Amino acid sequence: MLPTLNGRLQTRIFMLVVFGGLITLVLTPILPDDPDYKTTYIILATVLVLGIIWELIYHGIQQFRWEKDWPTMFGLITAINEGALVWLLVDIGAVPGIDADSVPFWAFFIDFSVIWFVVWIWTNGPMRVPFIRWRFFGGRII
Amino acid sequence: MIEPSAASVVPSTDPSTYLPAQAITGDLTDQLLETDFWTDEMVAGAGIPIIDVPFVTVGSGIGSFVTVDYLRIAGVPTSQIRVLGALDKPWQTYEYLTRVSQVPRPERLRSDSASRPDNIWGFPSYGFAEGVRKFNLKILWQLFSEPIFADYYTPKAGNAFEQLEREKNRIGYDEMLVKGLVRVVRRRYGGGYFTILTPPEGASATKRVAFRSQYVHVAVGYPGLKFLPELQRYRTENNDYRHIVNAYEAHEHVYERLMQVPSTVVVRGGGIVASRVLQRLMDDRLLHGAQTNIVHLFRTYINGPNDGYGNEGDPRPGGGKPRMFMRRRGGDGWAYQGFNYPKSVWGGQLKAQVRKLDGEQRAEIYKRMGGTNTPWRKLWQKQMNQGRREGWYTCVVGAVEDMQPNGERIVNQVRTAQGTIPIEADFVIDCTGLEADIAEHRLLKDLLEHGGVTRNPVGRLNVDRSFELIGTASGAGAMYASGSSTLGGYFPGVDTFLGLQVAAQEIQADLRKRGFGKRIGPVRSTVQWWKWLAGSAP
Repeated sequence: MLPTLNGRLQTRIFMLVVFGGLITLVLTPILPDDPDYKTTYIILATVLVLGIIWELIYHGIQQFRWEKDWPTMFGLITAINEGALVWLLVDIGAVPGIDADSVPFWAFFIDFSVIWFVVWIWTNGPMRVPFIRWRFFGGRII
Repeated sequence: MIEPSAASVVPSTDPSTYLPAQAITGDLTDQLLETDFWTDEMVAGAGIPIIDVPFVTVGSGIGSFVTVDYLRIAGVPTSQIRVLGALDKPWQTYEYLTRVSQVPRPERLRSDSASRPDNIWGFPSYGFAEGVRKFNLKILWQLFSEPIFADYYTPKAGNAFEQLEREKNRIGYDEMLVKGLVRVVRRRYGGGYFTILTPPEGASATKRVAFRSQYVHVAVGYPGLKFLPELQRYRTENNDYRHIVNAYEAHEHVYERLMQVPSTVVVRGGGIVASRVLQRLMDDRLLHGAQTNIVHLFRTYINGPNDGYGNEGDPRPGGGKPRMFMRRRGGDGWAYQGFNYPKSVWGGQLKAQVRKLDGEQRAEIYKRMGGTNTPWRKLWQKQMNQGRREGWYTCVVGAVEDMQPNGERIVNQVRTAQGTIPIEADFVIDCTGLEADIAEHRLLKDLLEHGGVTRNPVGRLNVDRSFELIGTASGAGAMYASGSSTLGGYFPGVDTFLGLQVAAQEIQADLRKRGFGKRIGPVRSTVQWWKWLAGSAP
């Protein structure tokens, strides 16, 4: 990807709202240990809010790259740091509305991974089909 | 406003399709050539038949093709577009230049996977399509891990041409193509333009045909090659065009000779073409038994982190200090960069940044991100290392002061930091890739003199963010330009596949605002993509 900071933020919000929202809607009832919608959507919101901070950090890292690009691989492996942080905060009860130790790990893991993977795939190709200007404008949607 | 349904072209001898024509030669008159704005009567009075069509693109290369592709996808019928130029196929010139500069069809271009001129969406990318079609996991891994753990994926030239052919047929390109030369485009009194085409002999009743259009797009490519002055002097003084060649000329005879006789070749330049030529020389040596010694002459030797001003330690005339956040990898003489520009010029930070810059600031950033460079590719590195070890590949840093013949050979006097040294060689291959000034092109020269065209901060055609040629507006009409002749504008990277598409997108959006063609919104775009996939007409 060739994101600008503005484009990163817009893409992040768009992807998590659209794909995150839809996938969470479908997955929640079939996740192990039956988490409720409130929990899964609070976690999704947490990923989004923290994601905005992460994007600022990624943008900073990108400045060290001559090409000012964001390699495809980075888009996938950042799932590790982001996922770990969200899980940590959820598990210790630092996320408002969720009690410590109340969220089953595998339910979190599956929901998070599926959303991340779908968003990553979509961002790296199909997104260009409906939005032809998106890739030429740093990932901006508006 | 021109009536679109009146647009029926292809030069024909049927006088009923012509506007008032008189039985004279139908050639340009002095009066026409000296006048910046033409009236319909002046053109008709010269006996030149007038053909109405809303949009013409001049060039008929990949720049014309990509622009027309966008317009077709935006719902413009073939009857409203004419492509004027000398090429049968849009990739003809490009294929010639890549072939002689050692990228024949089976070899890979220096172009991003998602940069495909036959597909405005860039999806599926060349790499994804190739990886899936052949179920080649290595390619898919390369796409995933580039540029960190693998060289950038780049498409094979042959594949790019085949796909272009498919798209050309899909959009009915041949229906729009009118062959001939265009040397004059003039503004029309009352709005729009006259584009004068000189058809091939016998193709029309008159010497010239005028296309009267609301919109004109100019994509004529490189104005021409320029030789290094000392090479040009040697060639003319000694009438020797065999031993000193430019990499963009057909020079297969050099490689053939090298296979027969052990020789020394001087390669000049540090860009992609030098890399390709070196690889050819090294392949011939390593795989086919040639005994070639290669002397690689660098003018600027890059030995580490660099930018367009050179090495970090180099003096920077007016360029300030090297910047922490703008450093490119380099070494062994080369500056390494995946593509012709830092990747983000095609859509990311650098594109956004340059879009806001004017004048000197813009020229400065062009300079900083520029400089000759080439991709780091594993195979080249391996071959060059072997050549250095075995002593058949040597580098010299300096400038050629003089060249003299010595029998069949050439003595280059090279001024280096250690003094002037003579280098005797059998052949010199110039890979410096100098481009001629835009005024070398007759059409561009005419536009500069009579069309209101101005030059941008780096001396080429001055286009706006929408690729409209600044100063050429004519009533409700507009003239656009894209490709290498517009280098230096608000968008860098114009002289690349993706750059042509960026330009085409802007041009299409601007034309849409003027009421020509439809908006390519999410629905149209998606529907059109499926049509592309299915291979059905847009």
